[in-house]
Amino acid sequence: MGGLAHYLEDEGIPTTQIALIRKHAEEIKPPRALAVPFELGRPLGAPNEPEFQRRVLRDCLDLLERESGPVLEDFPDDPPGADVEQEGWACPVNFAAPVEDVSDQELLEQTLLQEIALLKPWYEESKQSRGGRTNYGISGKAPEEIPAFLASLVVNREDTPSPFGDEKPVHLAFKQMADDIRYYYMESAIARPDGRVTDLDIGNWLWGETTLGKVLVEIRNWAMESEHPGFKALAPTAMVPTHQRHRTIHG
Amino acid sequence: MVHLREMPDHLREALINQELPEYGDTPWVTPKPLDECRVALISTAGLHRREDDPFTPGAGDYRIIPDDYDMGDLVMSHLSTNFDRSGFYQDVNTSFPIDRLHELAEEGVIGSVASRHFSFMGATPPTVMEPIARDLAGVLKADNVDAVALVPV
Repeated sequence: MGGLAHYLEDEGIPTTQIALIRKHAEEIKPPRALAVPFELGRPLGAPNEPEFQRRVLRDCLDLLERESGPVLEDFPDDPPGADVEQEGWACPVNFAAPVEDVSDQELLEQTLLQEIALLKPWYEESKQSRGGRTNYGISGKAPEEIPAFLASLVVNREDTPSPFGDEKPVHLAFKQMADDIRYYYMESAIARPDGRVTDLDIGNWLWGETTLGKVLVEIRNWAMESEHPGFKALAPTAMVPTHQRHRTIHG
Repeated sequence: MVHLREMPDHLREALINQELPEYGDTPWVTPKPLDECRVALISTAGLHRREDDPFTPGAGDYRIIPDDYDMGDLVMSHLSTNFDRSGFYQDVNTSFPIDRLHELAEEGVIGSVASRHFSFMGATPPTVMEPIARDLAGVLKADNVDAVALVPV
């Protein structure tokens, strides 16, 4: 981010920016940066808090009025709700315990299909509550098309063919379909308005209590030791969130 | 919250203390008064229109987000699994403050909102990013943009 600021400003475009990691702004020294004490992924602080978001953006833009730089200032406040204790968030749907036998491809596929079917009404409700907005759809596949591919990846690993044939390599097909199905689960999980739910709450459920989580952990476990360049590249940081890696063999 | 301070220690340390590229002296351009500035947003959250191609590993390219686009159809295809997405699911403005920018224009805090905004997928190596960013500056000038707000994820 700070690099972009250097290049754009050098070309004559004044820049200001939000900095989520203060130390990086200190070192890169972009012309103007507002360091914020928010979690990664939430540069404006919190969802559905327009007044707070406006203050953050306003403070960031106000840096454009400083006379010289580099400028690095701090936004003083934690986001609304940061000090509220989480009160037992729960997914709207209760699943059976995740599948134990991950060598049974057919069982994995059927269980994933069942999870998707159980989530479907909540996914639709969640989507409707946001005026039809959804992040699902990156891969171009319907949710029901994804389980067969994931189940095969658990059992047959890199030998699984890409569902897109020659159009998309198998690791990219995996990345996009795995992200899509995670979006589907996560959006379903936030259907019940709660406001304070975060990635960590949802992650503990998705990765700890669903067969999807189990399947994605299994894939990451072999991908870490795979010789397939695509899977090998994705495995360390683009498969399992930091706060859930303790569930994997390699951490 | 997946706050930095709540990440596993070794991962947080690795993130904060990663080796950063050198960008040299800080350039400085004095902008117009803020209430006369036409402002564009540039995000590194891997955002794009639903109909656009998703971002791919190592990509240094950007996507255009027209200001009149229906932001309800904005999607995120950033490859990283390591930041909160639940905020974005609930409210685009959590990571792309487009409604807030328009409000500030209506209030007269800024002059106006640019006709195009842009999104990269962050963590692009500088060698890949530099020519693209320098080229983007020309695009911004052509749209009479006076200042940009860069928003990470």
